[in-house]
Amino acid sequence: MTYLAKPRLLAATAPRNALGYTRRDYEGAISTLCAGCGHDSISAAIVQACFDLDIEPHRVAKLSGIGCSSKTPDYFLGNSHGFNSVHGRMPSVLTGAALANRNLIYLGVSGDGDSASIGIGQFAHAMRRGVNMTYIVENNGVYGLTKGQFSATADKGSKSKRGVVNSDNPIDLAALALQLGASYVARSFSGDKEQLVPLIKGALRHNGPAFIDIISPCVTFNNHAGSTKSYDYVREHNEAVNRVEVILPRDRIETSYPPGSLRRIVQHDGSILHLRKLGEDYDPTDHIGAINHLQERHALGEIVTGLLYVDNSAEDMHRHLNTVEKPLNQLGDAYLCPGSKALDALNASLR
Amino acid sequence: MKPTDTKAPDYFHKVVDCQWACPAHTPVPEYIRQIASGHFAEAYMINWRSNVFPGILGRVCDRPCEPACRRGRVDEAPVAICRLKRVAADFKEDISDRLPVAPTQKNGKRIACVGAGPASLTVARDLALLGYEVSVFDDGARAGGMMRSQIPKFRLPDSVIDEECGHIARLDVAIHQNHRIASLGSLLTEGWDAVFVGTGAPRGRDAELPGRKEAAAHIHIGIEWLANVAFGHVEHIGKRVIVLGGGNTAMDCCRSARRLGGEDVRVVVRSGFDEMKASPWEKEDALHEGIPIHNYLMHTAFLHDNGRLTGVRFEQVRAEYDERGRRKLVPTGEPDIVMECDDVLVAIGQENAFPWIERDLGLDFDEWGLPVLDPVTLQSTLPRVFFGGDAAFGPKNIITAVAQGHEAAISIDRFCRARPLDRRPPPTVELASQKMGIHEWSYDNQISEEARKKVPLKALEDTLADIRVEVELGFDVRLACAEAERCLNCDVQTVFTPKLCIECDACVDICPVECINFTADADEPDLRERLKVPARNTDQALYVADGLKTHRIMVKDENVCLHCGMCAERCPTGAWDMQKFLLNTALAGAEAPRT
Repeated sequence: MTYLAKPRLLAATAPRNALGYTRRDYEGAISTLCAGCGHDSISAAIVQACFDLDIEPHRVAKLSGIGCSSKTPDYFLGNSHGFNSVHGRMPSVLTGAALANRNLIYLGVSGDGDSASIGIGQFAHAMRRGVNMTYIVENNGVYGLTKGQFSATADKGSKSKRGVVNSDNPIDLAALALQLGASYVARSFSGDKEQLVPLIKGALRHNGPAFIDIISPCVTFNNHAGSTKSYDYVREHNEAVNRVEVILPRDRIETSYPPGSLRRIVQHDGSILHLRKLGEDYDPTDHIGAINHLQERHALGEIVTGLLYVDNSAEDMHRHLNTVEKPLNQLGDAYLCPGSKALDALNASLR
Repeated sequence: MKPTDTKAPDYFHKVVDCQWACPAHTPVPEYIRQIASGHFAEAYMINWRSNVFPGILGRVCDRPCEPACRRGRVDEAPVAICRLKRVAADFKEDISDRLPVAPTQKNGKRIACVGAGPASLTVARDLALLGYEVSVFDDGARAGGMMRSQIPKFRLPDSVIDEECGHIARLDVAIHQNHRIASLGSLLTEGWDAVFVGTGAPRGRDAELPGRKEAAAHIHIGIEWLANVAFGHVEHIGKRVIVLGGGNTAMDCCRSARRLGGEDVRVVVRSGFDEMKASPWEKEDALHEGIPIHNYLMHTAFLHDNGRLTGVRFEQVRAEYDERGRRKLVPTGEPDIVMECDDVLVAIGQENAFPWIERDLGLDFDEWGLPVLDPVTLQSTLPRVFFGGDAAFGPKNIITAVAQGHEAAISIDRFCRARPLDRRPPPTVELASQKMGIHEWSYDNQISEEARKKVPLKALEDTLADIRVEVELGFDVRLACAEAERCLNCDVQTVFTPKLCIECDACVDICPVECINFTADADEPDLRERLKVPARNTDQALYVADGLKTHRIMVKDENVCLHCGMCAERCPTGAWDMQKFLLNTALAGAEAPRT
């Protein structure tokens, strides 16, 4: 834990993106989380993803609920819009914001407590409504802020730091998101940025509800032997189904993988997901197959990571509801509130 | 890539760029921290041990440490190391009880040092402290050598030289002034156990051009003229002065001339401005005093009117580089330029001269007239004669002379004790954790973002009016502390213990300059390109560690590390630690390891 602000001195060779920004320009305040917290790594991965995608910080709205995870939006994208909502209510606030202004990139950051316990209803409905957003759950399996009780995602049989064995069944948020209609579903690990950063990039460029369950070890309360969300356990049981590379329309495509081992998926906005297959054949466009695979592997005690499912023809909430294209704040009072005559006409048309 | 062996004493030493660059390896960050805490006497003594003349060097050192300073790679300018050294000298309280005294019981060995410049006096100090009876013979009236005779008083007042030479004289060193050694052969017959030659490079190079002889009355050799000015033999010069040459001597000449009646003083150099030998700050000082520097002009003739100097003719040249990068100056073909003047100062180089050393003593000289020496031990082909300073390998600078003095003293001590000279005593090295608490260190790890402080100067009209008025006022305490805070504490090393690492990436994410990486192993050139920030400064090492659970390697680019300790504060397992590396080079008397 450091209380010092990062010095601004920078190497002359520090990379800059197309906007002329360095990675440091996408950072936020100094983190006050425990030293070694997986959440800080996820913040760094978000920074890297936004840097790589040349995202203008003012085009991003980051929203969160309550918890260790929900503190993190303070630690990245210091120049973006932010909203810290009530516990578990981030999905509704995000949905409202997205309805009012579809031009922003919505990034919801939540935790296993915030999304799988108090906010599980909110989580479910945001997924089924098809809100165009990137929804990240920083999943450590414990309530870190209240001294490490099991959360709803803790595996049955896993041991707490004090030796208590968890007797409840876990909620698999990725499986739930798949079932509820998320059109981009991935799982990753905070300790593997090579996998994580491209998954976040793909999600940010996805049109529709994109969900990433990121296992993020709690170094203070859930990084011991017997835990199923420790650095060591996740590394030993990690079964990656693929490796993703996000290719933007502006990029030259240079890949040297043997034919057949690479799958290209063109997303709605023209970005391309290059999926390099690992191990056995896995089809991330097969919705039912994905759900089955998750169940099978979970039964074997494996943690399936990678891009689990993507629907490149997904539609979002605005399309379903046929909403106005322009953000509400640009429409003007007369248009937003057309007066009693318009109301009378509307009422008359319904009689 | 091979994992880094941090046990090798050079590895961490190189990370302390300033100390590594200093010929005497002064522990720079260590004394800067003392200054920042207001401990000026401590800071002075750290310097005194390493470089013997802190007050002098704090004013006129060539400061190889500053271009090496890491701050210069992440900020606009390096730390003003040299001027901080002066701060230690200016503000130190009484140090008489800190200075060591020579043992009253002498060891019976007698050493003669020829010359009383920085090299000889360093040898005298190091050996006197061990009980040697040292005699210094010097042809000047006061000790100091070229520091006294060639450096103008407005840069280095006599009082500072007196004080620091006095520290050495008080160690029972017999300094014989006005005592010229006319023959090494006869000196050797006096039964000295060893003789050290530190007579400098006393001969200024002349410009053998048409008109040189005829107009000789107003053409002066730079260093001779400076010596005459220093000792008060010359007090005036003509109104129009041309200084030939682009080194530091030329800068001293032009600035002195400006103070002795020169109104139109100009420096004329063959080379371009950037290629001039003078230190950038000395050129700046000359320009600040209104002295123009004319480049790419080759002097071809002294013009005179029946022996009265009237001017200098110059050919216009340009630089051309051959395929091996060697420079050649070729005439541009444009018409020659004639500059009128009353006096010319020739400062185009210095040479060694040993007219007092007989060539039949068994002491060999090479084709350039320099003594044949062992580059490490500084021993000549006559075993009991040693050389150091400009007399050894030609003109360098004071700090190099001091460093060679230390080496020669080690050699002389080993020679007198019949120990092999090629086995050198190693430096002493300490490495100690600075951790005091979760985010508390025993050094100030908050990085100052302030710009380099300028040294206050005395008003130009005051300094131009009197050649003995020192130009630089030195930092006051407030400026000194602000400048000291700019030091990045590069000696507080980032030490990594792989077996403690859980690869959580906390250090990677927090590092402000993104110099820590965990990645797949590869060859160094490949690795350097693949890092988060490509490591293209190949002078700076990569710190590589293996033994991680994922079989990746930790790679840290030392180049721009700020030593802020954030990696260690963020590390949940203590795999990173900040440890202070303190290296002191061996002085005479230290023992070489037995093998």
